Amino acid sequence: MTTALLKQPTQTPAVRKPNRSFVHGLLSNKKAVTGMAVMLVFIALALLAPVLFPGDPSRITAMASLEPSAEHWLGTTAKGQDVLALTVHGSRSSLFVGLTVGFASTFIGILVGLASAYFGRFIDEALSLATNVFLLLPGLPLLVILAAFLPPGLGTVILVLVVTGWAGSARVLRSQALSIRSKDFVAAAVVSGERAGRIMFREILPNMASIVMGTLLACVIYGIGAQAGLEFLGLGDVSTVSWGNNLFWAGNEGALLTGSWWVFIPSGVCIALVAFALALINYAVDEVTNPRLRKIKTPKNTERSAS
Amino acid sequence: MRFILRRLGFYLIAFWASITLNFLLPRFMPGDPVSRMFARSQDRMQPEQIEALRKLLGVDDRPLWEQYVDYLHNIFTGQMGVSISRFPTPVTEVISSQIGWTLLLGGTALVIAAVVGNLLGILAAWRRGGAVDSALPPLLVFIGSFPYFWLAMGALYLFGVVLNWFPIRHAFTDGLEPGFTWEFIGDVGAHLVLPALTIVLVSVGGWMLGMRNTMIATNSEDYITMAEAKGLRPGRIMLRYAARNAMLPSVTSFGMGLGFVVGGALLTEVVFAYPGVGYQLLNAVQGLDYPLMQGLFLTITAAVLLANFLVDILYVRLDPRVRSN
Repeated sequence: MTTALLKQPTQTPAVRKPNRSFVHGLLSNKKAVTGMAVMLVFIALALLAPVLFPGDPSRITAMASLEPSAEHWLGTTAKGQDVLALTVHGSRSSLFVGLTVGFASTFIGILVGLASAYFGRFIDEALSLATNVFLLLPGLPLLVILAAFLPPGLGTVILVLVVTGWAGSARVLRSQALSIRSKDFVAAAVVSGERAGRIMFREILPNMASIVMGTLLACVIYGIGAQAGLEFLGLGDVSTVSWGNNLFWAGNEGALLTGSWWVFIPSGVCIALVAFALALINYAVDEVTNPRLRKIKTPKNTERSAS
Repeated sequence: MRFILRRLGFYLIAFWASITLNFLLPRFMPGDPVSRMFARSQDRMQPEQIEALRKLLGVDDRPLWEQYVDYLHNIFTGQMGVSISRFPTPVTEVISSQIGWTLLLGGTALVIAAVVGNLLGILAAWRRGGAVDSALPPLLVFIGSFPYFWLAMGALYLFGVVLNWFPIRHAFTDGLEPGFTWEFIGDVGAHLVLPALTIVLVSVGGWMLGMRNTMIATNSEDYITMAEAKGLRPGRIMLRYAARNAMLPSVTSFGMGLGFVVGGALLTEVVFAYPGVGYQLLNAVQGLDYPLMQGLFLTITAAVLLANFLVDILYVRLDPRVRSN
């Protein structure tokens, strides 16, 4: 087995529980609630951006490089654009790309992982090989090269991020699917003559829902961060308004060197808040489904001797 | 031995895949970027140099398989053409003058992050619910959520521009003669602080959490209870019994981290204008320097694969289960 050694170390097979207790566990988990609240705020901002700040956010509305004031809460850029409008509108592209990349790479990961685990043998060898090659190819340079050759645009950014992002989820999902594949109920399904597709998506997939969710969250975080990185390097579509592009222009116009910290801070903090919120939800999912990681209330020694 | 051979085969396939990707990209991308490049820089080049570059980048009319064979031959004999943006320096020369800086920066940051992160992880798992365990992980995860380049620019602004503690760009002061003098080494060290520190800051959390989670699993093993029952000192149990057995996943991460060293320092190098391969790669992209771009990507890939192969060999030494299989 080529990948046996590289399997995710912390991942123990999730204990299957009724769905309701999973949702309940999430809702009574402080991390999850905080994370979801932050995400809801950002999604609301993204949806309401055209209402809150009507018109093109990158049009010039005021004097250049104004400090934050009552009129421009976050000041203006070196061009005289309103930073708050840019930041709120930026959430649209950033969340859209992040979610698209997250869902697409998780979807490919599910397909590859399930097919590997279910069919095994030759198909597993081939798919694992492809996964491992993509995992090993250095991500950022590959991103840069691909973005350089493809015509600039939002589609390119999404495509490039999916190409470099699917392999990680495929590996995690494969190892989880493998452990479920060896369970009795799957063997029973095979014997009772169910079709391959049904076994993969109806028998195996629902039993790894928490891992799929964790992978999805990780992929969205990756998508948002990598998009920002690409755009910061000037390899995105510089005409769209997004957090990454805001930072690209901030760097380009020398916002920091002239001391205009208000141009530079908002977009970065937004990316961090979204990523942190998603990470919180991710940890909460882990804690709810993996009893070992749960907060312990008893002192260390009694816990250890009890186990 | 069989394990090593299998891994070697895998790395060869991975390298072949990246060469093929490199071969296909300029040939199948829409918009014919290579012709644009020639249009821009044709008048500076000799006819035979243009001819060689055309072959390398696929602007000729020969059948595809013939180009492919030729391409493989060129790569393995180290002929990667001349750089356009630093004409007429050969690509190999440009790369070899810069890879050292990348290795220095990435290597320093990786070693510091791995050592500090693992130690913190060990402490956190050993005193679960203690100060290290409850305060640091959320903080580090929060710091890790910031876009890396944003933190780097913030550090550059704060410590470089406002406080003026550290130099803000390049690997050493302009005009200083490189050599093994204390002055030069100190200067390089001062230039290294900010870039390395920012990498450590964002990556240390991953090391810590990984180590913590593995070690929590190790802590509930029977041999730990046994060691406690024997009355061994806690420090000894923590380091020699628990941490030692929880190290294996960290070794794998170290291999992956080595990949980050060569490729991932790109953003750092761009922010700090550090003259490594990542910085050069972005310059090549902006200057439409396709030969240099390809050469850099292949070099980075080769370095990543080599690092991982070395870790695999180390793994055989560390984990007896691999040997017996």
